Amino acid sequence: MTNKTLPDLVPDAKIKLPRQAERSLPGGLTVIAIRRPAVPLVELRLRVPFSKAPLPRATLLSQALFTGTGAMSSVDIAAELQAVGGGLSAGLDPDRLLITGNALASGLDRVLEILATVLTDPAYPNAEVGTERDRLVDHINVALSQPAHIARTALLKRVYGSHPYAVQTPEPEQVRAVRPAQLRKLHADRVRPDGAVLVLVGDINPEKAIDAAEKALGSWTGPGRDETVPEAPPLEPGPLLLVDRPGSVQSSLRMALPALPRTDPRYAALQLANMIFGGYFSSRWVENLREDKGYTYGPHTAIEHYLAGSTLMVAAEVATEVTGPSLLETLYELGRIASLPPGEDELEQARRYVLGTLRLGMSTQAGLAGLASMYASFGLRLEHLREHSAALATATLDQVAEVAAQFLAPSQAVTVVLGDAEKVEAPLAALTQVVRGTA
Amino acid sequence: MARRSKIPATKYPVERFTLDNGLRVVLTPDRSAPVVGVAVVYDVGIRSEPEGRTGFAHLFEHLMFQGSENLEKLAHFRHVQGSGGTFNGSTHLDYTDYFEVLPAGALERALFLEADRMRGPRLTEENLLNQIDVVKEEIRVNVLNRPYGGFPWLKLPPVMFSTFANSHDGYGSFGDLDSATVEDAVAFFDRYYASGNATLAVAGDFDVAEASAMIQRHFGDVPARPAPPLPDFDEPGPEAERRDVYTDRLAPLPGVASAWRVPDPIAAFDDYLPYVVLAEVLTDGEASRLVERLVQRDRSVTSIGGYIGFMGDEFQVRNPTALLLQAHMPPGGDAEKVLRTVDEELERLVHDGLAPGELERTQARIATHLLRDTDAVLGRALPMAVLELQRGRPELLNELPKLVGEVTEAQIVTAAAALRPDRRATVEVLPGAAQ
Repeated sequence: MTNKTLPDLVPDAKIKLPRQAERSLPGGLTVIAIRRPAVPLVELRLRVPFSKAPLPRATLLSQALFTGTGAMSSVDIAAELQAVGGGLSAGLDPDRLLITGNALASGLDRVLEILATVLTDPAYPNAEVGTERDRLVDHINVALSQPAHIARTALLKRVYGSHPYAVQTPEPEQVRAVRPAQLRKLHADRVRPDGAVLVLVGDINPEKAIDAAEKALGSWTGPGRDETVPEAPPLEPGPLLLVDRPGSVQSSLRMALPALPRTDPRYAALQLANMIFGGYFSSRWVENLREDKGYTYGPHTAIEHYLAGSTLMVAAEVATEVTGPSLLETLYELGRIASLPPGEDELEQARRYVLGTLRLGMSTQAGLAGLASMYASFGLRLEHLREHSAALATATLDQVAEVAAQFLAPSQAVTVVLGDAEKVEAPLAALTQVVRGTA
Repeated sequence: MARRSKIPATKYPVERFTLDNGLRVVLTPDRSAPVVGVAVVYDVGIRSEPEGRTGFAHLFEHLMFQGSENLEKLAHFRHVQGSGGTFNGSTHLDYTDYFEVLPAGALERALFLEADRMRGPRLTEENLLNQIDVVKEEIRVNVLNRPYGGFPWLKLPPVMFSTFANSHDGYGSFGDLDSATVEDAVAFFDRYYASGNATLAVAGDFDVAEASAMIQRHFGDVPARPAPPLPDFDEPGPEAERRDVYTDRLAPLPGVASAWRVPDPIAAFDDYLPYVVLAEVLTDGEASRLVERLVQRDRSVTSIGGYIGFMGDEFQVRNPTALLLQAHMPPGGDAEKVLRTVDEELERLVHDGLAPGELERTQARIATHLLRDTDAVLGRALPMAVLELQRGRPELLNELPKLVGEVTEAQIVTAAAALRPDRRATVEVLPGAAQ
């Protein structure tokens, strides 16, 4: 046995932002280019405003975006991208259509050309769209068999009610009814540069990369559609919603709590309060539920931000037989942080974690691209990292305790449990009022 | 057809040395971001588990986080995260890794933490019972409570292999997990977690001389213990097609996965590498052979993937291993038909060779994937630690894009010709939840 003491930390240097440039193109597209030359690649993210687009069509559009152009088939597109080490894919969230890709840095011009063709001259060929439609239906059916997906679906409905965010996955039969002509129309109507942001990160000269983007995407024009989503409704706490999944060997415990947007002056304090509660491994809730009780493997909490509102989401998969006790411990830890100020040491540990992981997140091309693109979709720039770091560094114990009392109180939680109702209903009902429902 | 881009390379510097206690060290400095990655890898994995102790290597990995000589339970997590870092560990067929990514100023702290548990974890009854519960929840969430759990990584080895080492369930049965004892854990540590059976790699923002001194300071007094003899897990490959089928009560759609043995990834690296490229020729993206045929043309599968190593770790696995293809099918899908089409496409490849540009574009895309992985400090520290452990060649990480780019059409054709039906092991999953 040796006696050793923990080495001190060498204090972090100031955050150094990479070299970057930004330009608004005449068509309305904003291009941000960031230099990180560590590997000879380039990362690409394009976010296009897509709020309130009809969900089945928008989802299929994101799946079928690369199925063909006037001159290229889906195979041509994929092969031409591969030739420069590239790849592009598309996804959808309730606010945006997101195109993600990367390539050898030497292939940037070619990737931008192909992207421009896809954006300005899409074909949505009937046969290929039919294939993608069937694949999407199968994919949704598989999702519908996954407990995490079912639990989230039930929670979103409960949280958002009649708001557009309430449903984020279309029904299979809705997707089956979508026709290629509807995708062409939706594309013409909504895949527009106005309000869109293109982020390029990698072994590039930022100004030259923007020149290349301007050259390739200059022909992408047309008015955007202003589709402001109404503000998300406030949470309406009520009885725990129990969704039956007969024979389930685990229960999916989900809670939604109110939260603040990134730009709120109290956001840093809320982020720290969330960390202390359950936002990282060394949080009270994870140490209690996993490392002390052994009820669960990967419990986690996170603040989710959409344009029309932010929510703090709590999630754990727990063994069926400890579903009641898991809710008990969760209510206890929420009640504790909402009622009593955390310790100084807990706050410092959480603070260092958040500040450190910010640096880790910006240490790769992909990390920087994701961060810059996500920030941009909320009207922020990478410089926000400095302001946010300063807010995190200076948040006081009082401020953290104050937001915890306001936002983490268990009385405000919307709770959903997906599990074997026959086994878990009575233990849950011992702790709170329970109603049965469907996902 | 577009000409392929020239394949670039990385030039991460590599410093290697061995401490007196036998610990092999790799340093790969790069000061482009103020972060460091630390990886410690032990030369023991799922294949070394004794019979009656399935899942033990993974359970033991959990125990390595439960406190050590100078650290109480929970201290490891708190010290890493309280330094602004992240941590994890993972258990593979042939090795077990432990790693941290942290702001550069926390390097010495991470080295201290890894050295402390290399000297000895706190193996107690209480921690063992707690982590058996946690591991069971991990298995429930990843295997038992979800559709396609363990498909194909846990389902295919028992079809393909005959020996316990190669075929058993690496997550473990609940019965075996429940019967694990503290004595088992002590013996496992004594045998396998020896300084001579481990490598340490550090990547990122540090000075080589300073880091070397820190490593000497923290790991230098870890007692010298030799590596146990390296087992040879080789066994004859299938001489006739092997098949199995099972019903997944949660799965809504049918699936099928096949595997073929490939050459020794280390001893026969030159013969092995073409299979890595072949897997991508067959399945990487919409322009790959099997996606174009099965997904786009025939619509007989909704997705298909191909890779080497049951855990997808093609450059970090030892012999014996396999090239895998796995596909999900639409309702009513016919696995037999899918396999026949795969055979047909492989025959076509062997007979007609590759299309102009097909190999080059696949190689360019593989290069992007390889380079992209190395941009993260952990994407250098972890593979370099394993490459040092298994090959004594951490610098291979720099060379891979170029080596992949040198694979020839003739080599791809030879590899494809070896993927015959009579050498194949197949497992089919039937949808127990089909509507």
